[in-house]
Order: sequence, then C-alpha cells, then structure tokens
Amino acid sequence: MRVVKYDEIVKSIRDMIIYSTTHLAPDMLEALKKAYENEKSEVSRAVLAQLLENAEIAQKEWKPLCQDTGLAIYFVKVGEDVRVEGGSLKEAIYEGTKKGYEEGYLRASTCDCFTRANLKDKAGYNLPPIIYFDLVPGDKIEIEYAAKGGGSENVSRATVLAPAQGKPGIKEFVKKVVSDAGPNPCPPLVVGVGIGGSFDMAAVMSKHALFRSIGTPNPDPEMAEFEEELKKELNKLGIGAMGMGGTQTVLAVHIETYENRMCHIASLPVAVNIQCHSSRHSHITI
Amino acid sequence: MAEYRLKTPLTDEDVEKLKAGDIVYLTGTIYTARDAAHKRLVDLIEKGEELPFDLKGSVIYFVGPTPPKPGEPIGSAGPTTSYRMDSYSPILIEHGQKGMIGKGKRNEAVKEACKKYKAVYFGATGGAGALLAQRIKKAEVIAYPELGPEAIRRLEVEDFPVVVVNDCYGNDLYEQGRKEWENLS
Repeated sequence: MRVVKYDEIVKSIRDMIIYSTTHLAPDMLEALKKAYENEKSEVSRAVLAQLLENAEIAQKEWKPLCQDTGLAIYFVKVGEDVRVEGGSLKEAIYEGTKKGYEEGYLRASTCDCFTRANLKDKAGYNLPPIIYFDLVPGDKIEIEYAAKGGGSENVSRATVLAPAQGKPGIKEFVKKVVSDAGPNPCPPLVVGVGIGGSFDMAAVMSKHALFRSIGTPNPDPEMAEFEEELKKELNKLGIGAMGMGGTQTVLAVHIETYENRMCHIASLPVAVNIQCHSSRHSHITI
Repeated sequence: MAEYRLKTPLTDEDVEKLKAGDIVYLTGTIYTARDAAHKRLVDLIEKGEELPFDLKGSVIYFVGPTPPKPGEPIGSAGPTTSYRMDSYSPILIEHGQKGMIGKGKRNEAVKEACKKYKAVYFGATGGAGALLAQRIKKAEVIAYPELGPEAIRRLEVEDFPVVVVNDCYGNDLYEQGRKEWENLS
C-alpha cells in the first residue's frame, strides 16, 4: 500500500488553484485564438481581442482571469492501493481549497442558500467544494479541478427525454438551452452534454465533459460526429462573443455517455452543462 | 457604430446621443452594487432615507471583485449577470441613475425605464476581469462592508471600455446582433 502525505495533497491543490485561475489553459487559449481568426462580426472580434489581452495580463500579474473564481469542483480517482497519512483525502481537498482561494486572493463565492450570507467565516473560505470520488485500480490519486462560475451554471439544464425522441430530441434540447441562455453565460462557450445513465448521472457527466481538453473528440466515432454536428448547429444561432452577434458562439461540444451509451429501457436522460469562455480547469496526479 | 469618450456623472444629453452597438470609454466616478446592495438601496428609497451616494447621473457597475493584493486598488473586476438587478434598476433609474454596467439580458421593465427616464445599459466584457481592473484607478468601500465582495464601492475609472446594449430608444444590441448573424456561420 503506497502512502501519500496529507500535506503534499494540500499543497498540490493550493498551487493548482492559484495557477489555473490566473493562467488560461493552453487548449482554451488556442480555441479563443482560432475563434478570433474565424469570427466575422466586428463587435465579436473586438470582444475576443479583449479576452486574449485579458489572458496575457492575468498571466503576467497572476491576477484572476475572472472575478468569479467559482465553486471549486473536483473529480477524484483514488487508487485502491494508496492511502493518505496525516488526515483524510477529503479533508486535504477542503484545506487545499481554502488555502488556494485565500492565499491566491481569489473570491469566496459560497453562501447560505436562504440567508445568502457568505460562508467564509462559518464553513471556511470558499468552502465547501463539490467533490466526486471514484475508486480505481492502482496506487495513484488523480485529481481534476475546475473553477466553475455561477453565470454559466445558472443556464445549465437537465431533462429525461422519451426514447423515441433520440438524437433529434437531444439536438433540439441542447439548442434550446444555448439559445435561451443567449449572452448571459459569457459566450463563446464550451457545451458539456451528458447522455444516458440516470437523471443525476447525466448531469454529472455533462459537468465532467467540460474537463476534457478542447480539440480532443469523443473516442466513440459516432459521438465525435454528433459533437461536430451540434457545434455547427449551435454556431448558426448568431449569438457571438458576449452575445453581441457573431459566428463563434460555441468553441466545442463535449459529449459523455454512461458506460458506453447505457441507460434504462424507459428513459433517455440528457443534461447540458454550460461553460463560459473562461474555462479554468487542471489536473494533478499524486 | 460610433465611439464616445464620456465623463461621469452622465447627463440626458450624453444618454440621448448613444445608440445600441456604440463603444463608450467612461472616465470618472462609478459605483459598484450587486443584488444584495441593490435591495438595500431600494429599501432606503422606499423609506425615504438618504442613500450612501448621489444617484443623480450615476453609473452603477454590477461587479463583485476578487480581494485586492497588497498595493492594488482592486482585484479582478469583470461584470456579473445583470438580470438579478432587474427588479431594482427601474426604481433607481426613476430616482436619477443614468447608467448601468453589466452583462446579459435585461427585462422589459428595465428597457422601459431606460426609455422613459433616459438611461442606458452598457455591457462590459464578462471574464475580462484582469483587463478591466487595469482601468480602475481607485476603489473605496463606502457602504455595507459586511457584504464582502457585494459591498458598495466608489471607483475612479479611466477609459473604462463598454458597449451600449440598451439605449434610450428601445434598441437592444443582443437582439439586433443575433438577428444580423443568425444562419451566417
């Protein structure tokens, strides 16, 4: 059984948070540059130019790309042959989150659902995070992190379609979600689509789809083709950068299905998780 | 699409020349407020009490910045989604507010108030918080410090870049832009 120190996990998470909220991931930067080149609308191009300049400033000054440094979201794969010494893995993630947000001068955005009071004094600075654990073979701990802003979460949707609605039904649903959202979630977007499993699993997969590097298609050729088809369709909406009108509404569509397209015989669950252009995601393996 | 450099506070004449799609660089004092602060401002108006700043000609920026690092006036400071202020903005506009800076769609009541009382809704680039912070030269919390990032701040801005989304003639850049570019990709 391999042993990993609690403090090592805390520090790795802290550093990952501070770095990825100030340095736009290379895949996003590349996608934004491509969108800038391809955008035909003048006003949208001006917005994209600002976003590229913003990424430069943020990186140079280690200043947050966006003031909404989000809820901290983690997908964690824990090897069956590794254990943490000096505390639990969950506690380490909590402490790493608190340290990263507090010491990185990031915003504490967690609050009580009803009083709306900020939780920084009660639960801890930007605590709690959202964590999904999975148990896998091996002796490593793999942690994927994203800072997920509120604006794009607010327009995300999940549904369960009738099986007969099939791909056209999914297409219609995804299109409606992006169309209704319009300028609000800060386009150009990455659109995560979870298909299958159960109602809740579709939503989790739609979130995890956002962690995938842009430019990496779904390994299932049919789903990869569906991703391209949806992207093309969504870019016809004309929403453009920050909704000001243009041809580059969506940078990528990422589909995830459950265990090779599995679902219940009565259902077709679909969830759409919207990601703004400031996709701050990263991963570490310990 | 015209380009203007304007000083705050804004006047009726300033607002009248602006059309949806125009680019504006704002210089002067603006105030920050999100929904929690808006609610308190509207409560004060309803009670007939004095507000923490003069609404006449004012521009309010919907923003909850990150904490500043030592030596900085403000942290990252891009706009938040504006619809959460929709139920409050018309009341503030009626009492003299002239400009709002945010991102995303506004409802009919806000657009109507812009027409009736001559006010304008500007869009700033969401997610450009590091860039926009460079145009903010001073920041001071003037009310509700307990709201943290949602406190009301007085900002001194220089050439703060915004785009007119809703003008005082009922035009809406989001609707116009989308109509123009639909099916053209």
